[in-house]
Amino acid sequence: MASITKEQVKHVANLARLEITEEEAEMFTDHLSAIISFAEQLNEIDTDGIEPTTHVLDLKNVMRKDEPRHWITREEALKNAPDHKDGQFRVPSILE
Amino acid sequence: MSLFDHSIKELEAKLHNKEITVSDLVDTSYKRIKEVDDKVHAFLTLDEENARSKAKELDSLEDTIAKLFGIPAGIKDNIVTKGLRTTCASQFLRNFNDPLYDATVVEKLNAEKSITIGKLNMDEFAMGSSNENSSFTPTRNPWNTDYVPGGSSGGSAAAVAAGEVLFSLGSDTGGSIRQPAAFCGVVGLKPTYGLVSRFGLVAFASSLDQIGPLTRTVEDNARVLEVIAGHDKMDATSANIDIPTYTESLTGDVKGLKIAVPKEYLAEGVNPEVKEAVLEALRVYESLGATWEEVSLPHSKYAVAAYYLISSSEASANLARFDGVRYGVRSEKAENMIDMFKKSRSEGFGEEVKRRIMLGTFALSSGYYDAYYKKAQKVRTLIKNDFDKIFETYDVVIGPTTPTPAFKVGEKIDDPLTMYANDILTIPVNLAGVPGISIPCGFSPDGLPIGLQIIGKHFDEATVYRAAHAFEQATDHHTKRPQIGGAN
Repeated sequence: MASITKEQVKHVANLARLEITEEEAEMFTDHLSAIISFAEQLNEIDTDGIEPTTHVLDLKNVMRKDEPRHWITREEALKNAPDHKDGQFRVPSILE
Repeated sequence: MSLFDHSIKELEAKLHNKEITVSDLVDTSYKRIKEVDDKVHAFLTLDEENARSKAKELDSLEDTIAKLFGIPAGIKDNIVTKGLRTTCASQFLRNFNDPLYDATVVEKLNAEKSITIGKLNMDEFAMGSSNENSSFTPTRNPWNTDYVPGGSSGGSAAAVAAGEVLFSLGSDTGGSIRQPAAFCGVVGLKPTYGLVSRFGLVAFASSLDQIGPLTRTVEDNARVLEVIAGHDKMDATSANIDIPTYTESLTGDVKGLKIAVPKEYLAEGVNPEVKEAVLEALRVYESLGATWEEVSLPHSKYAVAAYYLISSSEASANLARFDGVRYGVRSEKAENMIDMFKKSRSEGFGEEVKRRIMLGTFALSSGYYDAYYKKAQKVRTLIKNDFDKIFETYDVVIGPTTPTPAFKVGEKIDDPLTMYANDILTIPVNLAGVPGISIPCGFSPDGLPIGLQIIGKHFDEATVYRAAHAFEQATDHHTKRPQIGGAN
């Protein structure tokens, strides 16, 4: 049976840019371990030589011409933003 | 009797003959919403002022010719609507009041003159099977409000069942249209992957998501699909095919139709009353001249595991866009930018969303990618091959939509795996990309609806609708109404 450690859960949370409490870390450790053990049943199937399906339709790369066109204005782009200044999105400091 | 007991076609005639006005239809919607929605909680946002003024505008026109002229509709809240709040039932988007554009499906509805009544409740970011993951108030089942309406398009199914709108749009990634349609006793179609544009649908699992209609009848469903289907250059996965007039396939004739019934779909785990309702439906098909045989979908039992790895992996990538920079609610507590991402996401997302992002991030992380994600994609190939093989011989696959009728609020919410298992009969359809519909086929002894699932070949919605319509016309399940707020 696969199991996931609390340290792994915390590492994954960091990769996913989620902040979790100690209590949540324990809960997710239990849940993810259960789900991953459940998923181990896939190992019962021999998939040697089977191509993975990423997409069900027989579509190849769909290309179009790279032409500029009107979409939205700068004002529109900013109007749902939590914070903006001088026509740009504003975020907290990036560098310490 | 409500005006919504009429089909779209009948209402079209009444509007044309000036027996009713579009304002009457819009009144019917809002009156019913005021009557029952404090119990059902199908709606998250209403657009009453706009809807009423659009109704007046349509009433002033001489010409009533459009496929959905004046028909009141509800839109699932993960489909963006220009200038109308779109939350995905998430606290992260609770202030997303001013989306910049309409989803392609909404543009298409507008072009055929339907009227958007409001935005419908759902499981947060479409992750869930009961609507209990709505971060607002969970939707309840109109047939019995102690029960869940299903999910994630629970609001879409409940609003149609309760007579609040004539049709709604939902989205289906692993059963999210068909399962709530079954639980609420309405008709819900998940189209073939690629038939309906996903542009403007907030992405959950991009290789599985499809938008589809929920209605009271098969005919109305086919009519709405005719409007929303079609190639869209804004969605690179949208298929460039001719769209048939689906309503023309509703002949009532299923003589010679070859039905496959997977033994896995009537196996242990499927509730006896559900199994009996499906067997009764097969007897109806026999009486109509169709034939059925038992077949096997040998890999279907692995579908749930493959699905949760694939869909969560795609979700973990898709939901990276919610960073608190361009829209949504930003945490007030952050000290630097990375901290802002983390705090905004942690405060804005509910538990199930976090669980799936974490599962997906894990399955895609270094050292586990081949073992989990790639393995799941290979199993997906085998599941798709199972369907391809059956469709070499048969026209449709029929079984139950869900193993049980609706369950009680609170019954499964603490155990993710039990909740996930509920989608075992709908998930294989998304993995294979084929179309599937749920139609009412009976009621449990407790008076809860049971859904019959009809699955077709890629882009063969016409045959799915023909089979669904023939059954519907031979039975009266679709005429029954929940008694909430009095008859409607």
